[in-house]
Amino acid sequence: MPLALIILTPLLFAIIPAIGRHTTVSRQAVAAALPALLSLVLLISLAPQMLAGETLIQHSDWIPHLGLSLSLRLDGLSWLFALLITGIGCLIILYARCYFEGHPSAGRFYCLILLFMGAMLGIVMSENLLFMLIFWEMTSLVSFLLIGFGWHKRSARRGARMSLVITGGGGIALLAGVLLLGQSAGSFMLSDILVAGEQIKADQHYSLMLSLILLGAFTKSAQFPFHLWLPHAMSAPTPVSAYLHSATMVKAGLYLMARLHPALADTDLWFLLVVLSGMMTLMIGAFVAMFMHDIKGLLAYSTLSHLGLITLLMGIGTSTAMAAALFHLINHAVIKAPLFMMAGIVDQSTGSRDMRQINGLYRYLPGLMLLSAIPAAAMAGLPWLNGYLSKKMLFAESLQLVTAPDWAVTLIPVWVTLAGLFSVAYSIRIFHNVFFNGRPVDLPIYPPRRPPRLVLLPILILSTGCVLAGVFPQYVYALLIQPAVNAATGLSHPTYDFEQLTDLRLPLQMSLLALLGGLIFYMARTPLFAIHNRLPEVDAKEIFEWIMQRLIHFSQQRVYQLENGSLQRYLVFMLATALILSTFAMTGFSGWKGSVAITRPDAMTLMGACILSLAALGVAVFHRHRLPALLLLGVTGLFVTLAFARFSAPDLALTQLSVEVMAVVIMMLALSFLPQQSPKESQPYRKVRDIVIAGIAGLGVTLFSFAVMTRPFDSISDYFLANSLPGGGGTNVVNVILVDFRGFDTLGEITVLGIAALAVFAFTRQLHLKERMAPIADEHWVAEPHPVILSRVAHLVLPIALLVSAYIFLRGHNMPGGGFIAGLITAVALTLQYMAGGLVWAQERMLTHFRPLIGAGILLATSTGLASLVFGYPFLTTTYNHFHWPVIGEFELASALMFDLGVYTTVVGATLLILANLGKLMTVAGPGKEVG
Amino acid sequence: MEILFALTLGALTTSGVYLLLRARTFSVILGLTLLSHAINLYLFGMGRLKTESPAVIGLVPDYADPLPQALVLTAIVIGFAMTSFVVVLALKAAVELRNDHVDGENPNEDRP
Repeated sequence: MPLALIILTPLLFAIIPAIGRHTTVSRQAVAAALPALLSLVLLISLAPQMLAGETLIQHSDWIPHLGLSLSLRLDGLSWLFALLITGIGCLIILYARCYFEGHPSAGRFYCLILLFMGAMLGIVMSENLLFMLIFWEMTSLVSFLLIGFGWHKRSARRGARMSLVITGGGGIALLAGVLLLGQSAGSFMLSDILVAGEQIKADQHYSLMLSLILLGAFTKSAQFPFHLWLPHAMSAPTPVSAYLHSATMVKAGLYLMARLHPALADTDLWFLLVVLSGMMTLMIGAFVAMFMHDIKGLLAYSTLSHLGLITLLMGIGTSTAMAAALFHLINHAVIKAPLFMMAGIVDQSTGSRDMRQINGLYRYLPGLMLLSAIPAAAMAGLPWLNGYLSKKMLFAESLQLVTAPDWAVTLIPVWVTLAGLFSVAYSIRIFHNVFFNGRPVDLPIYPPRRPPRLVLLPILILSTGCVLAGVFPQYVYALLIQPAVNAATGLSHPTYDFEQLTDLRLPLQMSLLALLGGLIFYMARTPLFAIHNRLPEVDAKEIFEWIMQRLIHFSQQRVYQLENGSLQRYLVFMLATALILSTFAMTGFSGWKGSVAITRPDAMTLMGACILSLAALGVAVFHRHRLPALLLLGVTGLFVTLAFARFSAPDLALTQLSVEVMAVVIMMLALSFLPQQSPKESQPYRKVRDIVIAGIAGLGVTLFSFAVMTRPFDSISDYFLANSLPGGGGTNVVNVILVDFRGFDTLGEITVLGIAALAVFAFTRQLHLKERMAPIADEHWVAEPHPVILSRVAHLVLPIALLVSAYIFLRGHNMPGGGFIAGLITAVALTLQYMAGGLVWAQERMLTHFRPLIGAGILLATSTGLASLVFGYPFLTTTYNHFHWPVIGEFELASALMFDLGVYTTVVGATLLILANLGKLMTVAGPGKEVG
Repeated sequence: MEILFALTLGALTTSGVYLLLRARTFSVILGLTLLSHAINLYLFGMGRLKTESPAVIGLVPDYADPLPQALVLTAIVIGFAMTSFVVVLALKAAVELRNDHVDGENPNEDRP
């Protein structure tokens, strides 16, 4: 059977109650109970393997190179926890059926509770620790939603936030710890980690690793000093408190400690951290519980003390201590869940949870009184009940510390007896105060309502469990605890000797002392409460909220300082960061001049470089006067063209030349709508700062390019040069690279070009500049829109230009030219017609469907590539052949020509789409017809 | 030649970065164009500077590196598409926001 079924059933079916949230609560409860029951039944069906001590592991790879896999594990320990999660879960679902009667959000509750159940099962059944962390975080998130279930109440929101901050923070620590653990053990698989204990404990990061993992476990299990969130989580509905904060979620940390016990425990640090934290939590919880007037508050602090007790036992760490810990763990779940249910019923019947108001309920709720007596007595540790046994086991363990330090040997027995005394006191208090102790005082609902009979059923089942575990502990031990202890310690153990436990005298005396002391403490409660009331009240939630508010305020200020919405500012930050980082990286580098000799420049090149540099700097100097700046930019572009021509790149020179023309035309168009002058800098210091940044950037580029160019290099281009003619059938290597070797890149690039053109089209479509812009003085612009000479010349030039572009296109494979350049030349020629004759004139005479042209181009290029697939070659493989045509002679035809035709078509379409749409903006309110 | 080329690149970059940091969209467009010239030339320079040796088989005995040329060729065309897109963006912003400040409004000016 796939183990994943057990986890997935509640997770997947969680959606059903949420969908059916408008039906009755009963139906939702059934929809939630069925998957929970199914998981429980599946788990029970695995009992034979579990009792035989088998470990079931199922693997499925996810991201193997990160060590992350979907691996599940079921052994005695996982099984015990899984049974607890599903078993108590079913009873909680039943209880919630009555609790949420008539409540509109019951569907949400059932959905979340199933999600939570699935996440918990995931934690205890994960073989891969990284996989477990996912479920770990999931429980934190779902628990946040459940605590904040009644989100309209402030206390619920605050409690939820507090628990999320603390458990979520712990989750991050745990992640770090698990990463260290996995690094140390060489694997994230539990099967590997559990046998690598020696290696892990010898690791140099052991202390850090252990502290981080325990931080995760302690925050989840509400151990001192992270216990504060648990009492505040009581603002959740009672079924949530009963399930998450007593029986399951808080046990996840304990599970982790038990699970990793073989790998991490048995060191002084483990003993110190776990025992001390357990002791503190035990005492604080037990002591404060007595003084809580809220029933749920009392139960919350009592839960803390029991969690502390289990932690303490795990810190002691012997196999008998582990047995006691796990035995108490299930006892606590069976004791605390019915008490929480009782608290919920009392709350709903009387409208109050304050024990100063609720008294003498035995008159109104006799059935509840009888059933709650059992878990309350078990919590106090009365004989023949499970609580008695586990408390006695604790006392026995506290007396058998052999390897522990001296302070622990003497302190722990006294400490646990004292805590036992307090726990007797609060157990008496919750039972006596609620059901006896006179009459009710000012109850909001008087007389108390009788709860439905059904609600008592889960309490009855759990109370029976208390009695059975107390009377037949050896069976409970053999069935549940022993496989778990074996799995947790990795050893095989004899059964726990309960007979001998009865005979031990000292633990018995300690129990009696605790019982008597607790009774006396409870008797003296009235003066004690008076003293407690006089103590200054410290509300942890207020302090926490204060810290949170300060943190949020602080972060907001920092964020605003960095992110105030100014793009100009962001750009400065980015550039400055890049400069600082690269300066930092280059610190100490001195060999700027490489080994290659510097060639001497000739006079023409020197002059060209000077003009180029001056024009470039001139753009910056005159940028406030936009038209001159634009003209200087054109000069720059032309000299860049010359640079390409000078350094043996005719293709680049041709491309740059055509692009330059178009770019200047577009910017001219834009400038006619924008202000002609830029205003002066409002803050002069900015200018200085920017000059410094720009200067450093320029210096860096100079140094880097100089350093690279004076170094010898080995290019992969030799391959292209050698194979261009035999492989690609063309002598112009640049073109062959574009259409053949790197054809796939080119395909991508023309697609980008097409997309950019479409974006321009989309933007200009709804833009009506003339209507909306403030009127701009037109004196810079020629009044005559279409000069006669220009239009006449343009008409003459068109056929010649088209012929030239056809020639450039055809010869491209062998001589400088090709699709890109021919496309640009065609576009320039057609642009000239637009400029000379005007948009309307040109549109009447020319093709205006540019978008289909782009599409056709990309389609043609792609289908050329696909054609090679048909012949069984990889995508975009080209083929060529030589044909002999009469008169013309030898003629070569390559399939790359078709690809280049696609490039040509796309370039023409895209360029003209951009230009025509920008040009359209010139005409008042645009021509009626859409261009594109 | 290399020193000259490197210095020219420096001039283009300095001017481009300075304009990029200006407050008005048109200056930023000018800066972007200059910067893309600088980047194209920089990439081109990575193939080293050779004169009179175009990468056409059989034409000359020694060839310039064709790979950076091919890369830069497409970069020029895409740079054009990008420039036009930014131009339209600037126009759109100027129409929508009624000013051509890159942040949409000048923090030191009062709103009209």
